[in-house]
Amino acid sequence: MTNSIRGGNLLSLDGVTREAIIEVLDTAESFVEVNRRSIKKVPALKGRVVASLFFEESTRTRLSFETAAKRLSADVLSLAVASSSVKKGESLRDTIATIDALGIDAVVMRHQSSGAALQVSRYVPHVRVINAGDGLHQHPTQGLLDAFTVRQVLAERHGTTGVESGAELFDGLRVLIVGDIRHSRVARSDIAAYTALGAQVHVAAPGTLLPEDIENWPVTVVDDFEDALQWADVVGLLRLQRERGSGSFVPSLGEFTTTYGLTVERARLLRPSTVVMHPGPMIRGVEIDSRVADLPASIIERQVANGVPIRMAVLYLTVAGSKEEVVS
Amino acid sequence: MSSLVLRQGLVVGETTHEVGDVLVIDGRIAAVGDVGEVPTGTKEIDASGCWLGPGLVDLHTHLREPGREEAETIESGAFAGAVGGFTALVAMPNTEPALDNVALVSYVLDRGARTPLDIAVAGAITVGRQGEMLAPIAEMAALGVRLFTDDGIGVQNPSLMRRALTYARPLGVRLAQHCEDEQLANGGSMNEGAVSSRLGLVGRPALAEELMVLRDIELVRLTGGAVHFLHLSTARSVAMVVQAREEGLPVTFEVAPHHFTFDETACDGFDPLFKVHPPLRPARDVHAIREALRSGLVDAVATDHAPHAPELKDLPFDEAPAGMLGLEHVASLTYEALGASPGTAHLFFTLLSRGPARVAQLRNSDARVRHSGHGGAVVAGEDANLVVFDPHQQWTAHSATLQSRAMNSPYDGRELVGKVRATIAKGQLVVNDGVLV
Amino acid sequence: MSGNDERQTPQGDLAFFARNQLLTADDVGRALKRMAHEIIERNHSTDHLSIVGLQTGGKPFATRLAALLSEISGAVVPVGLLDVSFYRDDLSRNPIPRSAATTIDHDLTDRTVVLVDDVLFTGRTIRAALNALSDWGRPRSVQLAVMVDRGHRELPIRPDYVGKNLPTSLDEAIVAKIDGVWIGTRGQA
Repeated sequence: MTNSIRGGNLLSLDGVTREAIIEVLDTAESFVEVNRRSIKKVPALKGRVVASLFFEESTRTRLSFETAAKRLSADVLSLAVASSSVKKGESLRDTIATIDALGIDAVVMRHQSSGAALQVSRYVPHVRVINAGDGLHQHPTQGLLDAFTVRQVLAERHGTTGVESGAELFDGLRVLIVGDIRHSRVARSDIAAYTALGAQVHVAAPGTLLPEDIENWPVTVVDDFEDALQWADVVGLLRLQRERGSGSFVPSLGEFTTTYGLTVERARLLRPSTVVMHPGPMIRGVEIDSRVADLPASIIERQVANGVPIRMAVLYLTVAGSKEEVVS
Repeated sequence: MSSLVLRQGLVVGETTHEVGDVLVIDGRIAAVGDVGEVPTGTKEIDASGCWLGPGLVDLHTHLREPGREEAETIESGAFAGAVGGFTALVAMPNTEPALDNVALVSYVLDRGARTPLDIAVAGAITVGRQGEMLAPIAEMAALGVRLFTDDGIGVQNPSLMRRALTYARPLGVRLAQHCEDEQLANGGSMNEGAVSSRLGLVGRPALAEELMVLRDIELVRLTGGAVHFLHLSTARSVAMVVQAREEGLPVTFEVAPHHFTFDETACDGFDPLFKVHPPLRPARDVHAIREALRSGLVDAVATDHAPHAPELKDLPFDEAPAGMLGLEHVASLTYEALGASPGTAHLFFTLLSRGPARVAQLRNSDARVRHSGHGGAVVAGEDANLVVFDPHQQWTAHSATLQSRAMNSPYDGRELVGKVRATIAKGQLVVNDGVLV
Repeated sequence: MSGNDERQTPQGDLAFFARNQLLTADDVGRALKRMAHEIIERNHSTDHLSIVGLQTGGKPFATRLAALLSEISGAVVPVGLLDVSFYRDDLSRNPIPRSAATTIDHDLTDRTVVLVDDVLFTGRTIRAALNALSDWGRPRSVQLAVMVDRGHRELPIRPDYVGKNLPTSLDEAIVAKIDGVWIGTRGQA
């Protein structure tokens, strides 16, 4: 169990406690305020070096992390590995050793293989490792920012603030996650975060897009998607992971849209208070109808906006104060 | 003339055991029990407190030569085997190129003859282990090859497997099968189950193994050809083969030490050292295999010793090659799994020496392949392939001190009980006090 | 009882064990009133004054001072709160302080800013506050008001308005709140 991510790595949300998640969310609230200032920069990580190491290209996530690091005054080494000489087949130990030799304090890592960030953390125990998505395993900052966005929206509606509400607003909250659960690292992180915060998580997907042992997961599988849309408080859509082979798990994208897409017709079933989320990038017309993505119920843009403060919070908590603590 | 006397060991037979001396002269056991006066210059080895039995035989060693000499050579593998108590190893044919013809088999036999151990060869069933055309099984059989396998991958095509069995039967050779349906295994990198789904790793279901076990049992029934099932890892696989054997079908099976030592949760830390095919299974399968070992249902323990260069085990879990070392620890791990019951010593030698020697047809010496006899009783006249195993010694495994060229042992740091004290291969003292002579 | 002087030297979640109460609520009230008068005297009016309390210990004192200044002058004196967690120079040496919100709703350029904190100790919080302030504009001048000055400065920083000077030893701890000031020690609860 992880009770705080301070001075440690962030590899997975599995086993991260409510207390630790709330600490990140509360810290992120401070950074939301920093991001509203005309000078959006604080010196917390001055002199620290953060490397971003993306074996799998993701412009959005990389930009979000690098912006976060720069707003904390860290120096950023950006290595777009996906397009460099480091290719599939190079030993992770060699890659990280090369970068470590440049003198880094933290590495933000995206990799197509599950567990790659954890493996790297074993090779460089003195460097903080932040998982920016590993294979089908975890995408912890996405899970944190989804929880953060939900709390922010609900707190506004209740006339309170995120920090004051703590985890209260998640108590009994019905979260419905729809789509390719099997191949989704976002789903694994979201489920861990929402569950730790006290929400009830439900999933809806064709049988082939659920993991084989879904009965052991802390979720309920809904039989009737359209019925679930009528009672869900939060609807989280996932991207169909075509590059991970989910194409052969459903007959066609068209059939997926027909059965599990959030079409305009289905969006009418939602209660007015329900919020709709998507981690992006959206395939408009597949998981979500373009018109639904732009409805007021959709908080997708807020998810994007919260990417920077949540990543600032994660970098601040894991990197600031880490070195000496490791020595002692 | 060379001579050697092992003093006061517990000489373990198939059902009996008695403390005594064993005198070895010129590669053969000259006397057992009260050996009387020994020739001058005879080397004395103290075996008191130890088990003294036939040298161990490994049915399943990947020696990597030719092609992957950075991971292991025939010589380094033989030394690792000697330290582990082995006097004979069966070299698997998944080298580069594969051992699918007489020239390559002869090469390995020649290299093997220069090591202190007997190195037998398993030939490939299909050309290049591609699963498409039968390899020249009869030519290799004429050279003395008794076991054929495409190990690493099973023969996927049932029609081809049927043909291979029909072809092999009159030759008196046995086909050894790596049972996993590759399509059902889906390119997975660990057992399919709760752990794989949490870790986001594609799983290899138990059914991928069990379906192929079932298929091959039925092909044995159809053709009368003999099959040895390699590294069975699930309770159902074991139960099916035991049942078929009881029905009188010519089937045998082995289990690997990692399958009775670790369960799937060992993969939790994404350490590629624990990646192996078939994968580490849930605890219930591990218990079932231990139970089968203790109740004497298993024909052989075989290592599936699979050396890999260190850089390959630093790849991400899903990209890293499957397989782990086993030669230098299997005796201790088997002893640990059997527990200290009265019949342990007999069972130990059945699983690690007599059983595998029978499966690989290494019981008698064979001049064609320059092999001595293995897995026999410790009696005068037998070839002197012997091991002295100290069941009381406690030790810690260290990967840095392995004889193997590779380091991919999952047992690093593990506390073990029972250690090979001495290995006598072809009459020569190869290992003494646990180290190479 | 929870004090906030760990923000001077962050000490994680150590508990405070009070030994003596040094000032009562009345003493604190009188001191604040005196400080308000000193601020007006020195600046002649409240026209360009902004009160900025340091999160979280300075917050009640800043609020009270602003109220007193408005009362005395009859004009509203704006008050803001400043969190300096992200500006500290000792992040790598101490556990990370918990951050709180910064709420400054007006440009500080050309204002006279009075920073307000509960206890002045090493001066490092004030240094961080001066850095942070520069992100909010360019004040004409910055002054410092503290409820307690306990000495042991590590930087050339000096308060302009002091509620009470309290010489302390390094192993003592001070807690200053609106309802009193206590001296004691910190340790595991």
